[in-house]
Amino acid sequence: MNVARVIPCLDVDAGRVVKGVNFVDLRDAGDPVELAARYDVEGADELVFLDITASSDARDTILDVVRRTAEEVFIPFTVGGGVRSVADARRLLREGADKVGVNTAAVDRPELISEIADEFGAQCVVVAIDARARVSSDGSDARARVSSDGSDARGRVSSDGSDARARVSGGAANGWEVFTHGGRTPTGRDVIEWAVRAEELGAGEILLTSMDRDGTREGFDLDLTSSVAAACGVPVIASGGVGDLHHLVDGVVRGHADAVLAASIFHFGEHTVAEAKAAMLAAGVDVRPVESRFS
Amino acid sequence: MTRPSVAVLDYGIGNLRSAEKALQHVGADAVLTADADRILAADAVVLPGVGAFGPCADALAASGLDDVARRVIDAGAPFLGICVGMQLLYESSEESPGARGLGVLHGAVRRLPGGVKHPQMQWNRLEVHRAGPLFDGLGDQPWMYFVHSFAAAASGDVVATCDYGGAVTAAAQRGNVVAVQFHPEKSGMAGLRLLGNFVHMASTGSVS
Repeated sequence: MNVARVIPCLDVDAGRVVKGVNFVDLRDAGDPVELAARYDVEGADELVFLDITASSDARDTILDVVRRTAEEVFIPFTVGGGVRSVADARRLLREGADKVGVNTAAVDRPELISEIADEFGAQCVVVAIDARARVSSDGSDARARVSSDGSDARGRVSSDGSDARARVSGGAANGWEVFTHGGRTPTGRDVIEWAVRAEELGAGEILLTSMDRDGTREGFDLDLTSSVAAACGVPVIASGGVGDLHHLVDGVVRGHADAVLAASIFHFGEHTVAEAKAAMLAAGVDVRPVESRFS
Repeated sequence: MTRPSVAVLDYGIGNLRSAEKALQHVGADAVLTADADRILAADAVVLPGVGAFGPCADALAASGLDDVARRVIDAGAPFLGICVGMQLLYESSEESPGARGLGVLHGAVRRLPGGVKHPQMQWNRLEVHRAGPLFDGLGDQPWMYFVHSFAAAASGDVVATCDYGGAVTAAAQRGNVVAVQFHPEKSGMAGLRLLGNFVHMASTGSVS
């Protein structure tokens, strides 16, 4: 039985939640720990903290957030942003994070994935991929690229029996490109190839964000999501573009994601996690129901 | 009433703090420790585990805590294995041929069924086949969080399963030894309830 997970994501800068949060009854809406506890009670299956702290003096503030979260919140949580070494990962895990997210540093030096996986287990390595659809103006064609060095993607039979190359040609005509540095820097890498490589190196999960959809509220990029889900044997978390509850359903039913991540629809109080789960259950997606209180 | 003492075995692997923190949260005087005297004096003992079977078995043996764990179990104190800590209670695992578990529970640990993603990394609904104090107040189908690619083979000790490409062992009990494949310390209120039940067993010394 596959059970989809609903994962609220919190952007944290210098220990404070940065995207506006609209829960009137929170004592301190900027405190990531209080917000995390709130999402736990609402039925979130996991949480992701994305540390966007730029100032080096404030970088250790995330460790305090992790430590306090681990004392109050008893569901799994991932911390990403600025993880560049095994030592960075160790600090976060030691304070109580369950998983660490790696992105730019893993693209720069892919061995980082295996180093963390070897030390702490693949289950705690989430490789975050920021993807953007290739435009055809550059004349390149992702299908040709994948098949020309097809040793990688071709022939890797995914769990549903299709192969990655077929899915690429069934998706966006030109495939998708990996971006780093918060989506600012193009890398020339193909998203599907990178996801497959990341899995080979020991990624336990892929957190896949469509930069084209992020912030648009138009829904996940379902071609992108289903293509990566077909190519990878590890769970795929869909991210970027959620504007309503049906988008979450689509991410699982049509995108074949194992988990769906959203930020603003939850932060702004438009929808609760419980409503998200009710919508998914109504659409036939199996999710953990929101817990009743045990007395 | 004094808080029951629970020793969480510290044998030098991964993040073992979360089990300690969750046990403290439900009222135990829990401590992560490698001190044999302290472990033998505790009201109950928890063996956590994360990563692969072989390295965990090696680390447990290298720390000398394998013998301490056997002594605790022989003495009859409530003993809880979590995730790889559960698997270590068995004799061996397909994950690491040649590595030896404690052999307190009979049988081997096997790869999850095919046709589903490995690892199982999700919440899943338990089917509780044999109710006992560990599942008190949790109903027949509590939800727990799993992260694993291997699980114990079916045996008479199995008390709960989940459905993941077939029936998968989720919990087992043999006398004072209880074992869970899921992570109660990461399973929200249901998991805390289960740990609270274990702490209650520790305070009463009763496991059935």
